[in-house]
Amino acid sequence: MAETTAGKTPEALALVPRATGQQSMKDFKSDQEVRWCPGCGDYAILAAVQGFMPELGLARENVVFVSGIGCSSRFPYYMNTYGMHSIHGRAPAIATGLATSRRDLSVWVVTGDGDALSIGGNHLIHALRRNVNLKILLFNNRIYGLTKGQYSPTSEVGKITKSTPMGSLDAPFNPVSLALGAEATFVARTVDSDRKHLTEVLRAAAAHPGTALVEIYQNCNIFNDGAFDVVKDKQQAQEAVIRLQHGEPVRFGADGAKGVVRDRATGDLHVVEVTPENEADVLVHDAHAASPTTAFALSRLADPTTLHHTPIGVFRDVQRPVYDTLMAEQLDTAVEQRGKGDLATLLAGNDTWTVVG
Amino acid sequence: MTSQVSSPAEQAAPADPPAQPPAKEVRRLDRVIIRFAGDSGDGMQLTGDRFTSETASFGNDLSTLPNFPAEIRAPAGTLPGVSSFQLHFADHDILTPGDRPDVLVAMNPAALKANLGDLPPGAEIIVNTDEFAKRPMAKVGWDTSPLEDGTLEAFRVHPVPLTTLTIEALKDFGLSRKEAERSKNMFALGLLSWMYHRPTESTEAFLRQKFAKKPEIAEANVVAFRAGWNFGETTEDFAVSYEVAPATSAFPPGTYRNISGNLALSYGLIAAARQADLPLYLGSYPITPASDILHELSKHKNFGVRTFQAEDEIAGIGAALGAAFGGSLAVTTTSGPGVALKSETIGLAVSLELPLLIVDIQRGGPSTGLPTKTEQADLLQAMYGRNGEAPVPVVAPRTPADCFDAALDAARIALTYRTPVFLLSDGYLANGSEPWRIPEPDELPDLRVHFATSPNHTLADGTEVFWPYKRDPHTLARPWALPGTPGLEHRIGGIEKQDGTGNISYDPANHDFMVRTRQAKVDGVEVPDVAVDDPSGDAGLLVLGWGSTYGPVTAAVRRVRAAGGKVAQAHLRHLNPFPRNLGEVLGRFEKVVVPEMNLGQLATLLRAKYLIDIRSHTQVSGMPFKAEQLADVLKEAIDG
Repeated sequence: MAETTAGKTPEALALVPRATGQQSMKDFKSDQEVRWCPGCGDYAILAAVQGFMPELGLARENVVFVSGIGCSSRFPYYMNTYGMHSIHGRAPAIATGLATSRRDLSVWVVTGDGDALSIGGNHLIHALRRNVNLKILLFNNRIYGLTKGQYSPTSEVGKITKSTPMGSLDAPFNPVSLALGAEATFVARTVDSDRKHLTEVLRAAAAHPGTALVEIYQNCNIFNDGAFDVVKDKQQAQEAVIRLQHGEPVRFGADGAKGVVRDRATGDLHVVEVTPENEADVLVHDAHAASPTTAFALSRLADPTTLHHTPIGVFRDVQRPVYDTLMAEQLDTAVEQRGKGDLATLLAGNDTWTVVG
Repeated sequence: MTSQVSSPAEQAAPADPPAQPPAKEVRRLDRVIIRFAGDSGDGMQLTGDRFTSETASFGNDLSTLPNFPAEIRAPAGTLPGVSSFQLHFADHDILTPGDRPDVLVAMNPAALKANLGDLPPGAEIIVNTDEFAKRPMAKVGWDTSPLEDGTLEAFRVHPVPLTTLTIEALKDFGLSRKEAERSKNMFALGLLSWMYHRPTESTEAFLRQKFAKKPEIAEANVVAFRAGWNFGETTEDFAVSYEVAPATSAFPPGTYRNISGNLALSYGLIAAARQADLPLYLGSYPITPASDILHELSKHKNFGVRTFQAEDEIAGIGAALGAAFGGSLAVTTTSGPGVALKSETIGLAVSLELPLLIVDIQRGGPSTGLPTKTEQADLLQAMYGRNGEAPVPVVAPRTPADCFDAALDAARIALTYRTPVFLLSDGYLANGSEPWRIPEPDELPDLRVHFATSPNHTLADGTEVFWPYKRDPHTLARPWALPGTPGLEHRIGGIEKQDGTGNISYDPANHDFMVRTRQAKVDGVEVPDVAVDDPSGDAGLLVLGWGSTYGPVTAAVRRVRAAGGKVAQAHLRHLNPFPRNLGEVLGRFEKVVVPEMNLGQLATLLRAKYLIDIRSHTQVSGMPFKAEQLADVLKEAIDG
């Protein structure tokens, strides 16, 4: 692994050329005017990503952002890298073609809750199960912003919107649960306004070989303002947010007064007040656990309506063969076994006859 | 297709192939049309394929028409379960699989009933009498046996107990009756091979290779095949055998092979990637009748071919488009229903102006339609099936072998003009086959592209920048700058962009300009003039075809001319843009007939563009035109 100006290259990026000099956040800002609504959570995410990229130390020209449709999907225009703003829901499919054909690229997908979980749900789950080398940033604001405020597949039941004046009827997806069910090898959740946590999660995602899904709670201050206040407000967050740290007991609340324990009868997880008697029973988070079962149970702790007991951080980070690597290996194996393809031999086949003039 | 032969046996390899019959009468024919028909489980496609291979290696010209149901195994013995394979071979050049079979091999009552109507009086029928018991006949509504009740009196019938004879031939193999009778298709193939003096070595070699891991089964098949040959040679019922001489004069010098449309198309794609010096990337979702291209390309990873079986049609083209952005020769393969799903992504490719091949192996529609039958009804979908003004060049091969050249041509247009291109083949071309002169790789066109490597624009302040939408003034193509190229970082998308810079633009005048420019780019694609074949020099009637109607139309034209009629013929490979001279050509003729396997889609385009009163002749039966019927249409047009 090459030493870099900015630190060690994660294995996931070993094939991506390095930048020759020191990079700064400015290098990743394009000349385009950012056109999100003033106060939109997307600004914070953009700044965090632009601020984080120099740390990776990758050649800027080998970084590609691919997006779908929605407010978040304007993201590539603001990154001074290669980028494609594609069509609704299809970014994971397009990025799959790019990543599987160009292993020298660091490919990032920017998507939203409607883009990734509604119109593009199929592509998301299949990218996750294949484990293509993609980093998927899912901006979840629990609302349709660009179409001006209809409920989304992550909106809470009963959401009053223009399309649901009497309240929405459908149960929401929990993106983390969904991703774990789709065989994802890396699943994390973070919050737009917590730059430090967001950057830590991005760092872990970038280092992960294979598909990484990062759900980012993002405030839409126009159509769903305050949707995540409970996890952002310092006071409320103490009780509402469970910060996951690999190898650490899962505790939260003032002075870690609360903890997560496993119910011995059902295997399910519960929040309890930590006491000297039960302290040893508090779950120790293992993001590298082979089974996704406990990560899934953690993802179910959050109340979909109030967001109480919402875990953030890396739920799951395991190693599984990466699709694009396997694909490239099959090509190499085919050449080893049969030699490099010869067109004349291929065209001739086995059964020929000759006509002489 | 899989062989229906799977019987173990322990017999050692028999001696040399059977010799040719010495005593029986041999007649010379200039051409023959044979149809093998049986249950979908009877191995008729394999039988037809093998007979075709023997015929190809003998040097006849040939054309084939496989015809099978969409069901993998429809209920045995029923009319919907009948699968057939028609082969036309000749000592001269031929153009179609033939209208009406001279010989029908019917493996059961359903096969006989389903195909009887296509036979001309006097046709030979080789029928498997073992299957003409009460129950199988009742399944197709026959109370009495057509072999005995006069139904077949217009034909020359050879009743052969194919099943019994096969079982008898394999009695030393220790197989169950059911296992042994599976080889009856090879018995039938042996018999037909004797009748038409086909070389047998390749079939025996094929069987031994196919069952290399089960040598006993291979031998059982070979024995059944030889038993069929010997049966023909020794049985009095088969008093005559036939010779069809090699079509020596029909073929220019060269090395030939038999090839189907889908195989030729697959090879064309591999060749195009090589000629472009680009990796080939296929994003695809299985669909009949296009899946064979996915299968074929998946075999050739040692050519650097990446095949990606996506989760759906949309992801198939999405992955291809992503690979195109990364610098691959990108392809997606599908049929009509898949095109419908891909439409939005094709529009994105139009907007991104990236090279992309969309291969549509057309089948009967609408909706699921007729998955295994042929049609040309996706022309307007290819032309217009997108939101907004989204022009896409359209290329259509004319014969199975021509799929190779058409693929190269489609790739040329895509790469030169940075545009998605439709390649409109169909089920008839895909599964049909014909001899193909194998080109030398150095005969193939140079398709190499120039990627952008440096800034292409200087700003007022002297800064050198890269503009992703600054066009080549000649082709109007935009530069193709691959990720990984330093200094050319840029963003593209489906939102309207400013001319030159590619930045998002909602400016009315800019949008008007961009829409017209994208159209002008496609309108300006270089395509060769359409050639008119008019030996008389003064025909008043032009017949204009496109795509797979070439064979039947040309055969019909020959018939008309042979009967003294004057007709000119032209055929379109390029449906968008049309050849520059097309309007002038159409205007030269008093009457223009356009036969199509749709309800007149090309005719509609021609009328709209050239204001010419096209006579549209259409057929949507799921089957190709018959030359005889088309000839009648042309004669009527000449007269009326």
